[in-house]
Amino acid sequence: MMEATSVGDELQSALNGDRRAMARMLSSIENGEFKPENIPAKPTATEAHAWTVMAITGAPGVGKSVLVDALMTAWATEGVRVALLAVDPSSPRTGGALLGDRVRMTSVDNPTISDRVYVRSIATRTSSGSVPLIVEDMAAFLLACGWERVLIETVGSGQAELRCAAVADRIVVVEGPARGDGIQAEKAGLLELADIVLVNKADLEGAERHAGELMESYALDGEDAPSVLLTSGLKGIGVPEAAKALLSLPGSNRALRARMRERLLAQHERRLVQHPAYNAVLDGLCEGTLDITEALTQLKGDDHERAS
Amino acid sequence: MKGGVDREAVGRRIMDQPLRIVVAKPGLDGHDRGAKVVARALRDAGHEVIYTGLRRTSQQIVDTVRDEDARFLGLSSLSGAHAHLFPQVCEKLREAGLDDVVVFGGGIIPEDDRPALHAVGIRAVFGPGTPTSEILEFIATAAGMNDAGVGQSSTWHWDASA
Repeated sequence: MMEATSVGDELQSALNGDRRAMARMLSSIENGEFKPENIPAKPTATEAHAWTVMAITGAPGVGKSVLVDALMTAWATEGVRVALLAVDPSSPRTGGALLGDRVRMTSVDNPTISDRVYVRSIATRTSSGSVPLIVEDMAAFLLACGWERVLIETVGSGQAELRCAAVADRIVVVEGPARGDGIQAEKAGLLELADIVLVNKADLEGAERHAGELMESYALDGEDAPSVLLTSGLKGIGVPEAAKALLSLPGSNRALRARMRERLLAQHERRLVQHPAYNAVLDGLCEGTLDITEALTQLKGDDHERAS
Repeated sequence: MKGGVDREAVGRRIMDQPLRIVVAKPGLDGHDRGAKVVARALRDAGHEVIYTGLRRTSQQIVDTVRDEDARFLGLSSLSGAHAHLFPQVCEKLREAGLDDVVVFGGGIIPEDDRPALHAVGIRAVFGPGTPTSEILEFIATAAGMNDAGVGQSSTWHWDASA
């Protein structure tokens, strides 16, 4: 019976490939009951594996889930073991979440590849960005359990949402057709951090034009510019090409400083929300017994990082 | 009073961590209004609801519960498939070692069919018109028990008002 299982046994079962135990361990990590320092070291990228953790991000409705599903199907069919952490927002009011990414997933239900595909739905909980930082630890654990690649599908996010840079080796930005005029491609933000851009819904009008605008814009960046590919997750257009390109996608040092800044900010926020006094300070702010300056003073880092 | 549960203790526990609840539609009927209303009510109560979408096989539902580490599974059926598919899901959950998952059901399920569903470990069967507050009360009660799982010893079930 499960009740008799100790955490150590469960950890061992998970590392040996037991999916039930792995799913439970992921919950323990997410709930802060199992400490990240106990997670076996993350395997580093090798020649065979250009990267291990990839973020797939982009605006709501551009077709991220369907495209991710198509990519996972392509990889798993070739024998790659791929896990997906699919993030949806928690209600800031009630803390609840409706996690619906599985509705569009067929790869997990395909019996010929389902043992090489794992999908886990994650709510943002207390995190403010499009990716809760805990997914970094969850991804590391999946890798330790023998999954070769981990995808993180972020909450549908806008131009200024760069938090995924804090948790992934590679960033894939998914765009849709007809996303405004040419000047949108020139705007600063997420597109500057992309390692590759997939213009999805390629069968719809405006996709080719948008891809063209993006390429023109990136051409000004010089040699280090990311590729822009046309795809349709739904129709399968360009998916084999994208699957191949993504699997061996090289890293770039483009925007290294911006990525590091995201990492720093994200870790800082994580410490803040994990501070033992965090909820009490929030209460104080709501009740008017604290002002922002006093709140920040109370949350100043002392020894609590040790506990996180 | 159902099961003599300390409601306040249950409330505190639930506030601690959101419960993960899979809401699934086995079988072939294409009506998921009820499932969506329940999913929404559970979300608004602070739970994390994983919705599977329509037309899932028993095995797909069990795999989802396992991979998502859900504590509860809600099954919805309007086509009469409950008599066959609900017990099948329960059996497969036990085969997969997911004995501690609490299963409840809802939809068009005649009163006469319910005892058989309770007998296979489904802890509540809700008909149309059930107030969502009652479903939440059931969840809180079952979450406070440690033997309400589909493969566990309790013979308790919730008497639904509709």
